[in-house]
Amino acid sequence: MYETNFHRAGDLAEASRLFAAAKDEARYLAGGQTLIPTMKQRLAAPSDLVSISQIAELKGISVGSEMVTIGAAVTHAEVATSNEVKGAIAALSDLADRIGDPAVRHRGTIGGSLANNDPAADYPAAVLGLGATVHTDKRTLAAEDFFTGLFSTALEDDEIITKVAFPVPEKAAYMKFANPASRYAMAGVLVARMKDGSVRVGVTGAGQGGVFRATDMEKALSASWSPDALADIVVDPAEMLSDLHGSADYRANLVKVMAKRAVQATA
Amino acid sequence: MTTVSMKVNGKEVSADVEDRTLLVQLLRENLRLTGTHVGCDTSQCGCCVVHVDGKAIKSCTMLAAEAEGADVVTIEGLAKDGELHPMQAAFHENHGLQCGYCTPGMIMTAVDMVRRLGNSLDEATVRHELEGNLCRCTGYHNIVKSIQAGAAKM
Repeated sequence: MYETNFHRAGDLAEASRLFAAAKDEARYLAGGQTLIPTMKQRLAAPSDLVSISQIAELKGISVGSEMVTIGAAVTHAEVATSNEVKGAIAALSDLADRIGDPAVRHRGTIGGSLANNDPAADYPAAVLGLGATVHTDKRTLAAEDFFTGLFSTALEDDEIITKVAFPVPEKAAYMKFANPASRYAMAGVLVARMKDGSVRVGVTGAGQGGVFRATDMEKALSASWSPDALADIVVDPAEMLSDLHGSADYRANLVKVMAKRAVQATA
Repeated sequence: MTTVSMKVNGKEVSADVEDRTLLVQLLRENLRLTGTHVGCDTSQCGCCVVHVDGKAIKSCTMLAAEAEGADVVTIEGLAKDGELHPMQAAFHENHGLQCGYCTPGMIMTAVDMVRRLGNSLDEATVRHELEGNLCRCTGYHNIVKSIQAGAAKM
């Protein structure tokens, strides 16, 4: 790791001040489960790190009948073990419980995961699949406007995610085929039927452009909410990632299989 | 340089370190607590697991400065009055190791597992919970057995 200057922000205003005062390139540090390994490999070398994981405004989970709101600095373990979240959106606590491993879940945060937008991360599938709203210190962003491509989001460099609001669906489930070494998704699919009857399908780990909505599947599931409704869907391999973990054809098949299993799991 | 202060194994400690210092470096190089190992240095193997404020974390993936004011427990902090912690004793009794390199991380993960999930752990749960700890010798069989036995005695 190259040298860096560490700062701890006590609140959002101080975080912005510290970020602006950095002598060169500043980065916000949340749980650090991606940024620190990246810095150790010298793939990132911010001159200044502004730690935001202990800011009280970014903490806390609130669960209502229509909305589950999770503070950006809430860890995966906190979401996974929240009985309130489990009661409202079991798919979400289940998803959080399968990120990385127990030690990673104790440090990694939802805000950090979304800001990084790794194409194989789990949370983007839930944000897009449930149509969540991402709140920042400057504005609110709909899920569709938030994700802009591999490792990129609509966030400005100095913008901080403060919380994420998930509408409570009628039913939803998340299924992923995890890479056996990293536990990242090789294909992860969140299917949801919302209370207004609309259907959403968010897919992570597989698409060349990062997380995406499988609109063909949404149409088919709107007509009939069953795994069989997806039988004739063809996921186009030309739009899938291909790497040493799996070919595009393999991933296209995985997406369909995970989607079917997710629908089955809501039964 | 930053002065970081925290509690390690019940003792107040402080050290002047570069801001980029990892928690595991502080533990091993400044405090000479070399029971915490670095296996992969890429957040995967779990040899560096310690407890920070009661939670198992990978100390190679946390800056020392992030642990300012925290309560840290390492493998050296488990035994009390010359008596092995029940989980350490269970690894000894069940031969839960071969080379021993991963053992400190395995035991710290195991103790955290019992705190979160209770004293009665089935094999599938233990294996699932060990996803972040790699052992290249044993095939995990006796590690799982040790953790189940240690859990029952905690």
